[in-house]
Amino acid sequence: MNAYIGGFLLGLLIIAAYYFSGEGLGSSGGFRDVAITTINAVSPEYAQSNAYTANRVADGANPIHTWLVYELLGVIFGAIISAAIFGRLKFKIGKAPHITNRKRLYLAVLGGILWGIGTQLGRGCTSGLVLSGMAVNSLSGYIGLATIFGFGFIFAYIFKKLWIKTKNN
Amino acid sequence: MGPLYPDFINPELNLLIGFLIGIGFGFLLEASGFTNTRKLAGIFYGYDATVIKVFFTAALTAMIGLFILHYLGWIDITATMPTTFWIPTLIGGAIMGLGFIIGGFCPGTSLSAAATGKIDAMAFIVGVMIGIFGFIFTFKDIWENLRNSGKLGKVDITEWIGIKEGLFIFLFTVIAVITFIGFQKWQDHWKKKLSQDDINDLGI
Repeated sequence: MNAYIGGFLLGLLIIAAYYFSGEGLGSSGGFRDVAITTINAVSPEYAQSNAYTANRVADGANPIHTWLVYELLGVIFGAIISAAIFGRLKFKIGKAPHITNRKRLYLAVLGGILWGIGTQLGRGCTSGLVLSGMAVNSLSGYIGLATIFGFGFIFAYIFKKLWIKTKNN
Repeated sequence: MGPLYPDFINPELNLLIGFLIGIGFGFLLEASGFTNTRKLAGIFYGYDATVIKVFFTAALTAMIGLFILHYLGWIDITATMPTTFWIPTLIGGAIMGLGFIIGGFCPGTSLSAAATGKIDAMAFIVGVMIGIFGFIFTFKDIWENLRNSGKLGKVDITEWIGIKEGLFIFLFTVIAVITFIGFQKWQDHWKKKLSQDDINDLGI
């Protein structure tokens, strides 16, 4: 799909999310809700005593029935539909050609851990904090934009070998 | 007047709307190529301009649309404006920036990629969950004070800078167009150096 058309449609979707539900498109919040639900299922006492999870399980509230979790379920279906239409539905490891599969998977887990921590500390990810934040002119969205992409460019330079084949690797 | 939830929409319908919007979100992420980790990393090296085009076009469309709806009195977005905590967002953003380069995804793109069979995205999601569990278990000892520091309230960037909303949107549009042209030139420059396999893989 043309990038500008894709972006335009994505923008309309953000407007719809705010208009109907008062929510921005988000991702990390849904992952958090799944994590809290898991903790609550294993030990409700712990979930109620932890300062981070307590208010989301208060009064018997079930943290799995949140807008973001249902939205993420939709993301799974939507991605599969698109990949099926465009013939991209297959198992593979995405990476730069000179990186081994093992290295790519280790680094993917490590990068994921950083995102897990960063999103909870920074209050959202590229979609919820930045994109949806920018849509409503929130300062927090622009701080997220500047830091995620600003530091991204710095770290991209430092870890250039992970993505670009250079003479030294 | 929007948002329609909770005054005009019941909680069950609201979740259904979330699911339907999610389908559109996942579809557009996949259709735009965001399930390809190399395309995502491409924004940082300049060999693929797709992500920045989609991202800024989406932000601009939503910004202008919500501005018009707000102007017409159809939606009140002040209630949904997030509260800014500048210190944790700055530090969290730096951690996410590092995670982007190391992991090659962000959470939303990783979920669409994993759903379509990308094994590296599945590994990334395992990492995200480990990170979130770790954050929760160490919240009181490490993160609580930091996460609640630097609270500025619901800050609108146009008020913060001190310019009118319309002017801000105009300036952002100009910046976006310059960015698109610059990244397109960067991609064109790269394209001469990339192998045909790379070009096919990226779909540029």
